[in-house]
Amino acid sequence: MLAVERFHHAYTPEQLVAANISFDVKAGEIVSIVGPSGCGKTTLLKSLAGLIKPTGGTIRFQGKVVQGVPDGLAIVFQEYGRSLLPWTTVNGNIELPLRYQSITPDECRRRVAESLQAVDLSGFGERYPWQLSGGMQQRVAIARALAYQPKLLLMDEPFASVDAQTRADLEDLVAAVRDQFEITIVLVTHDIDESVYLSDRVIVLSRPPSTVLAQVDIDISRPRDQIKTRAMQQFVEKRSEIAQMIRRPSGSETHP
Amino acid sequence: MSTEGIGIDRRYARAFSAIQSFAVRYGLGIALVIVWEYAARKAGSIFFPPPSEILHRAATLWLSGPPQRLFLSDSVFQDVIPSLLRLMGGWALAVLIGVPLGILIGRSRNLSDLVNPALQFLRAIPGPALIPIFIILLGTESTMRVTLIAFGSVWPILLNTIEGTRTVDPVQLDTVQAFRIPRHAQLWRIVLPAALPKIFAGMRVSLALAVILMVVSELVASTNGIGYRIQNAQIMFLLTDMWCGIVLLALIGYTLNWLFLKFEGRLLGWHRGARGRAATS
Repeated sequence: MLAVERFHHAYTPEQLVAANISFDVKAGEIVSIVGPSGCGKTTLLKSLAGLIKPTGGTIRFQGKVVQGVPDGLAIVFQEYGRSLLPWTTVNGNIELPLRYQSITPDECRRRVAESLQAVDLSGFGERYPWQLSGGMQQRVAIARALAYQPKLLLMDEPFASVDAQTRADLEDLVAAVRDQFEITIVLVTHDIDESVYLSDRVIVLSRPPSTVLAQVDIDISRPRDQIKTRAMQQFVEKRSEIAQMIRRPSGSETHP
Repeated sequence: MSTEGIGIDRRYARAFSAIQSFAVRYGLGIALVIVWEYAARKAGSIFFPPPSEILHRAATLWLSGPPQRLFLSDSVFQDVIPSLLRLMGGWALAVLIGVPLGILIGRSRNLSDLVNPALQFLRAIPGPALIPIFIILLGTESTMRVTLIAFGSVWPILLNTIEGTRTVDPVQLDTVQAFRIPRHAQLWRIVLPAALPKIFAGMRVSLALAVILMVVSELVASTNGIGYRIQNAQIMFLLTDMWCGIVLLALIGYTLNWLFLKFEGRLLGWHRGARGRAATS
C-alpha cells in the first residue's frame, strides 16, 4: 500500500530533520508514528501526502512514486479549527472535495450522510463548524476525509487539541471507521499510550536527524476497550518498551 | 391578581428598556439638534440658520416636485442623482479594479515585491491633487469625476485585498491541496472567502473616501452635482441652501454606510460568528 525508502529531508543544509527512514504499510493496517518532538513526524506525514517534496528517498503509494498529492488519500490535521472552512456549513465542508470528483449529486449526498452518521453527527450538517465543540469539529474533519473515500487516511496529531474524554471517543472512532470503510490509517502522535492503543504497529523514530529506531507490532486483540485494554499486561509492556526507546538518547551511551 | 400585577410590571419594564435603548442610541443626536436649534435662533446669524429652517428649505428644494415623480423636484434629477451616479460609478470601478488586481498581487510574492514600492508611492498622492491633470486628460465631464473617485478610493480596497489574500491560513491551503481541489477552485472556494472580511473592510473605508472625492470633484469646473450646488449657493449668498447640501451629504454618507453594513452582515455573518466564538472561548 505504502512504501517509504530511505526518506531524507533537510529544510536547510544545516537543518537535517530526517536522515534515513524506511518502512512499509500494508493495506488495512493502522500504523502510528511516534518519536521525540522535532523528529520530523509531521514533515514525514506531509511528504506521504505529497504536500512536501522530500530532499531524498522515494515514497510509493499503491506502487506509484508520490509526486504531488496522489489520488485516494485523505488527511486530518491537528488544527481542526483552521482546517475546516468557517464560511460554509458542515455539509459544505464535507461536500467541497467531492464536487471535483466525478460522482453524481445523489452519490455526493449519500456519502455526506453516511460519513456524518459514521462520526455520529447526523443532524449537524446545517451547522457551521464554529458552532460546534472542538471534538465535534474534529469529527467533522474525519467525516470529510471519510466521504472522500480514501484508500489511505493520514492523521497528524488528530487528537492533541481535544479534552481527554473526547480523545478517548475519537480513538475508538478511528478503529471503527477503519473496519467500516476498509481503509488504511497512518497517524502521527506524540502520545505513546494512544499509539499502542490504536495501532497494529508502532514505528518509533529517533531524535533528529531521525531514523527508524524500531517497529513494534501490537498484537493486542480487537475490539479494544479504553479501560480493559489499557490495564492489560501486554499493553503496559509495549508502552514501556516504546517509552524507553524514545526517552533514551539515540546513541550508545546507554550501553555499558 | 398578583400574577396580573407581575405581567403589567413586566410590560412596563420592557417598554422602559425599549425607551432606554432608544435614548442611548439617538439621545445625544437629538439633544445636539435641539441645542443647535436653540443656539441658532438665539444668535440670529444669517451664517448659521436653525435646523428647522434648513429642513424646511430642503423640502422646497428637493421635495416640491409633481406627485407622479414622487414629489422629487428638478434639482434632484439635475444634481443629486448625477452626484450619486458618479459616486457609485467611481466606487464600483474601484472595487472592480482593486479586488482582482489585489488577488493577483496577493497571490504572487514576486509580483507583490515588484509593484509594492510603486503602489505605496501612488497611494501617497492625494486624489484631489490630480484634478488639474485629469481635467486636461479627460475634460470636465463625468468621466473625469468618476475617474478621480475611482483613483482616490481604490487604495484601501487594493491594499486590503492584497493583505487578505496573502494571509490565507496555510492549513486551509494544505487541506484543499490534499483533497486535490483544482487551482481555479482554490481561488473561489478558499482564497476569496478567506480574504472577504478584509476586502469588505477596505470597501467600507473607500466608500467614505468616495463621498469626499465626489464632493471635491464637483467643486471644480462643474455645472451640476451636490458639491457644485453647495459652492454655488455660497457664491450667491444662499446660505440656507448651502447648509441643505451639507446636511444631504451627511445623510448620504450615513445611509450608504448603513446599507453597506447590512449587506456585509448578510454576506459575512459566518465571520462575526466565528470571531465571536473565538473571543469567548
